[in-house]
Amino acid sequence: MNRRVVITGLGVCAPNGVGLTDFTSALLEGKSGLRHQPNLEKLGFGCQVAGEPLVKDNLIDNYFTPLERRGLNATGIVYGVIAGVDAWKDAGLEKNTTDEPSWDRGIIFGTGILGVDKFREAIHLIDEGNVRRLGSTSVIQTMASGISAYLGGLLGCGNQVTTNSAACTTGTEGIIMAYERIRQGKAEIMLTGSCSDSGPYVWGGFDAMRILPRAYNDNPTKASRPMSATAAGFIPGSGAGALVLESLGSAQKRGAHIYAEVLGGEINSGGQIGEGSMTAPNSIAVQRCIRNAMTNAGVEASDIDVINGHLTATTKDGLEIENWSMALGRKYDNFPYINSFKGSVGHCLAAAGSIESVATVLQFKEQVVFKNMNCDDIHPEISKLISDSCIPRETTNHAPKVIAKASFGFGDVNACVIFKAISKE
Amino acid sequence: MLNEEKYQKLKEIIKIYLPEDVAVTDIDQDSHFMNNLNINSANLVDIVLDVEDAFDIRLENDDMDQMQTVNDAMAIIDAKLAEK
Repeated sequence: MNRRVVITGLGVCAPNGVGLTDFTSALLEGKSGLRHQPNLEKLGFGCQVAGEPLVKDNLIDNYFTPLERRGLNATGIVYGVIAGVDAWKDAGLEKNTTDEPSWDRGIIFGTGILGVDKFREAIHLIDEGNVRRLGSTSVIQTMASGISAYLGGLLGCGNQVTTNSAACTTGTEGIIMAYERIRQGKAEIMLTGSCSDSGPYVWGGFDAMRILPRAYNDNPTKASRPMSATAAGFIPGSGAGALVLESLGSAQKRGAHIYAEVLGGEINSGGQIGEGSMTAPNSIAVQRCIRNAMTNAGVEASDIDVINGHLTATTKDGLEIENWSMALGRKYDNFPYINSFKGSVGHCLAAAGSIESVATVLQFKEQVVFKNMNCDDIHPEISKLISDSCIPRETTNHAPKVIAKASFGFGDVNACVIFKAISKE
Repeated sequence: MLNEEKYQKLKEIIKIYLPEDVAVTDIDQDSHFMNNLNINSANLVDIVLDVEDAFDIRLENDDMDQMQTVNDAMAIIDAKLAEK
């Protein structure tokens, strides 16, 4: 069974915008979601800049009952539920109010680590000899699959309900997993996405690795500089993105709005062999992932007119461009448009792939390529490979035809997905 | 503390755990938490913690097992307050 799969719903809870409207205008204008974080300063972090969605208390009331809100201390669940429920509504789908689970609807919603603040609460109580005071939600807020479990209950899904985890590729991996499930005829509709918690306990480890920029604490919106000569490391972020994937048949039957088609993708690993390691990518695997994604999607390298990279604003950005260039066999003026949203969103870790995929797909709707932030000084290594005009510094009018989106993660893991504009036949 | 005052305090605690199909007015002294008020067993754990906080008492495992109805809860609270 090889069925076509389309995207019919989007939802987002990002540092630069909560909800599709705010998020879209932030991307069009290049509004930054990166801010100085007083709590990181108080704790003596080297990098005190981060991207955190600004979620108002009364907004949370729209998604959680008063009972669910009691003791809720898992930001990832808040972001994931907002994005997931929004995407569901955006697709024109209702919560299941019948007595029967929706057997042909499922959820693959990933995360890296969930409910860190809730876990900290529990650790303190347990260490005080007070385990009996944990309450009933300690487990569901800290289990990795808490996010898919919350969404599964809210929406009444009866197909696969699970959580994937593959570091910073998580969100992109989830899209490919959901695509495959629908393509194989095992489900009609899959909600896929990913979320990542906010706060010092998530971001601290990266600060300790000294891979975050330390010179921008007074200038937070300039701190994340993908593809720039002055890139000094990534800015950590948090949030969630969500997409509703659906069989073309189901979408047409419902008369749903279709954002784009998912043509296919590839997930692989470099085995931490050769130049690959726990934290560095094996370029052979990266190039293979991109090439196989094109093969699986049935497109030629020349069909791709826009790329959304992983491009975190570390010294590895040049290598990533080289890998794209090698995999596509295209360079200089012949290279597609390429952008990274991390300049304004930061690196939302497990949520990165889904937040960036939502942004990527919005480019079909807006018929633009969103601008790159903070790279007026393109890195000379990158300029040697591709023309500066491939890196839009202003949002550019261009109706994308085929967009490749990739994410790479710790553990030497890669994911690349190919989206195509829906033709108006 | 008057009995009525205690009862109201307890009702306030229970209220938030009621599922959508059960109203506050459905709570009476004989109500069984799980069978009549449809409160799930996980939330019963949270009600115990709320009762401890509200009345500044500590319930032991046996007390929790015995707390099946609103009346049971009232009796346990009385006993714990008397011990203080």
